[in-house]
Amino acid sequence: MKQLFTFIKKEFFHVFRDRKTLLMLFGLPIVQIVLFGFALTNEVKNAKIVIADYSKDVTTKKIIDKIEASKYFEVEKSLKSHNEIEAAFREGKIKLAVIFPENFNEDLMHLNKAQMQVIADASDINTANTLTNYISSIVMDYQRELMQNVAISLSITPEIRMLYNPELKGEHIFIPGIMAMIMMLVCVMMTSISIVKEKELGTMEILLVSPFKPLMVIFAKFIPYLIISFFNITSILLLSVYALDLPIKGNIFLLYGEALLFIMTSLSIGLLISINAQSQQTAMFGSLMATMLPTLLLSGFMFPIENMPVPLQVISNVVPSKWFFQIVKAIMIKGAGFSAIWKETVILIGMTIFLMAVSLKKFKIRLE
Amino acid sequence: MVAVQLNNLSKKYDKGKIVAVDSISFSVDKGELFGLIGPDGAGKTSIFRMLTTLLLPDGGSAVVDGYDAVKDYKAIRGRVGYMPGKFSLYQDLTVEENLNFFATVFGTTIRENYELVKDIYVQIEPFKTRRAGKLSGGMKQKLALCCALIHKPSVLFLDEPTTGVDAVSRKEFWEMLKRLKQQGITILVSTPYMDEATICDRIALIQSGKILSIDTPDAIVRSYEGSLFAIKSEGMYKLLNDLRSYENTLSCFAFGEYHHIAFRDKMKNYSEELLKYLENKGHKEVEMMPVIPTIEDCFIKLLKN
Repeated sequence: MKQLFTFIKKEFFHVFRDRKTLLMLFGLPIVQIVLFGFALTNEVKNAKIVIADYSKDVTTKKIIDKIEASKYFEVEKSLKSHNEIEAAFREGKIKLAVIFPENFNEDLMHLNKAQMQVIADASDINTANTLTNYISSIVMDYQRELMQNVAISLSITPEIRMLYNPELKGEHIFIPGIMAMIMMLVCVMMTSISIVKEKELGTMEILLVSPFKPLMVIFAKFIPYLIISFFNITSILLLSVYALDLPIKGNIFLLYGEALLFIMTSLSIGLLISINAQSQQTAMFGSLMATMLPTLLLSGFMFPIENMPVPLQVISNVVPSKWFFQIVKAIMIKGAGFSAIWKETVILIGMTIFLMAVSLKKFKIRLE
Repeated sequence: MVAVQLNNLSKKYDKGKIVAVDSISFSVDKGELFGLIGPDGAGKTSIFRMLTTLLLPDGGSAVVDGYDAVKDYKAIRGRVGYMPGKFSLYQDLTVEENLNFFATVFGTTIRENYELVKDIYVQIEPFKTRRAGKLSGGMKQKLALCCALIHKPSVLFLDEPTTGVDAVSRKEFWEMLKRLKQQGITILVSTPYMDEATICDRIALIQSGKILSIDTPDAIVRSYEGSLFAIKSEGMYKLLNDLRSYENTLSCFAFGEYHHIAFRDKMKNYSEELLKYLENKGHKEVEMMPVIPTIEDCFIKLLKN
């Protein structure tokens, strides 16, 4: 036990005494989150929109005035037909269209409720989201003003339609994606490099010719990176909640539990790479090829898997980060519980056991 | 008592194409300082790695401290000390941290076996907070030796401990080995430097995986047949070429500021004839004298046979 502790302490010395490693371990996650975060949450100003008012009554005029007063919109008022509006969207001339149907005021006064339509170009998810939120809040604002004078409740429902990307895929999902990427980077690359480094330096020879069990060497290598990964997850989550206003909807303990599982998967991949690599460069290159590329391309983080050719869809099933990505997305964004992600969890557990078994079987207790 | 025993030990690489160790047998007694002397690529490191259970032999067997090197590898790993050829300590750990780490890994503490490493450790103690990567070559070797000794091994394997170390540190290092020997530790050491051989109790001269000769350094020198001469003149390079083309020369090679020459017929004295030959070739200030052979001379002679 004391041996293991000393070994782990030694691993931490390696990490903390190498500035480049340190920067990569702790700086990279923060830089990535901030970069991705600000690239996706920039404010929208002077967006071109069309307002088609088929009612032309007191209420619609007041709402349109409010929209026009906002600095976010550049309003074009015209009675465009549905086809004309769609053509304008396709040409990218407008970002949003607001349509008031006929008898808007009458509906509101007699039925106590009225509907308006808000159509947004969701191929640019972030802008679409921001703009529809602005419109909704303007309408809500007006509704509140109305309620002050009238006793009965009046409701205006903006019926929002997202064109081209109705499910708003891409929103916020970069956080689960980055989490998967960073776990992979830290665990796979760092473990494989640190084990190969021992081989390269020749310290592995001494360690092998010692009573210290080879299994313990692996274990001692795992612990520090496990702790560092937990630290990274925490910093990513803190940044996403407080800096990017992306709340964690699901259970945080479930999230950490699944993260622990994914860390184990990554560590096993790192171990497998280190067993086959003879130099640090090979280990680094192998880690990049085995983790970064599949995580970026095949996990669904950058490109939707369902749009890929079938062979790539099949291959994506063996990429562990695909499953982790789906798990985190479900917990963080949809607020799903374990029952919704048990299948992904079982797949990840299976992968981990398989990888671990292969690497332990291949781990050499001698030099060849 | 035998500490290390090799029986027809063999090792091949590249699917049997390269024979690194060719059926070698010898034994080392307890408390002996035994040297494996040979050039690079002779098979020294392969032998060490098989004895320290890092490589599996392709043939034959080895027994270290009473344990079989293949079957009982776990027992051997706990009781031998090993210092690989490359400097193999953690460069980013300090001297003290390195020693502490290896002491703990081997299940002991610095204090427990301090007596054993004291002589060596006091020399590097002033630098104990310095990182191992910043030490000089000689210091590194001393630290590596301390780390290999800290668990009081019964057999110590040192693979080319003095390669890349300055002459003074080399000499100090061998002095330390002599003192360790007095503590009853069996030491197997390999080196490409022939001049270090004389300090060992017994040596094995090895080349291409085969043992050329195995005996005490004195006996090996005594077994040198025939006489050996040292020659020097003004133009040393031309002299070497001329001596080599001389019909009665068995071998001739540069040795310090002289050339060493041995003749084909061991009994005959060629001195007069050779001097005349060199005069004809235009050499001036030729100096020639008989010398006592060194290990290196013996090695070259054995290679010629």
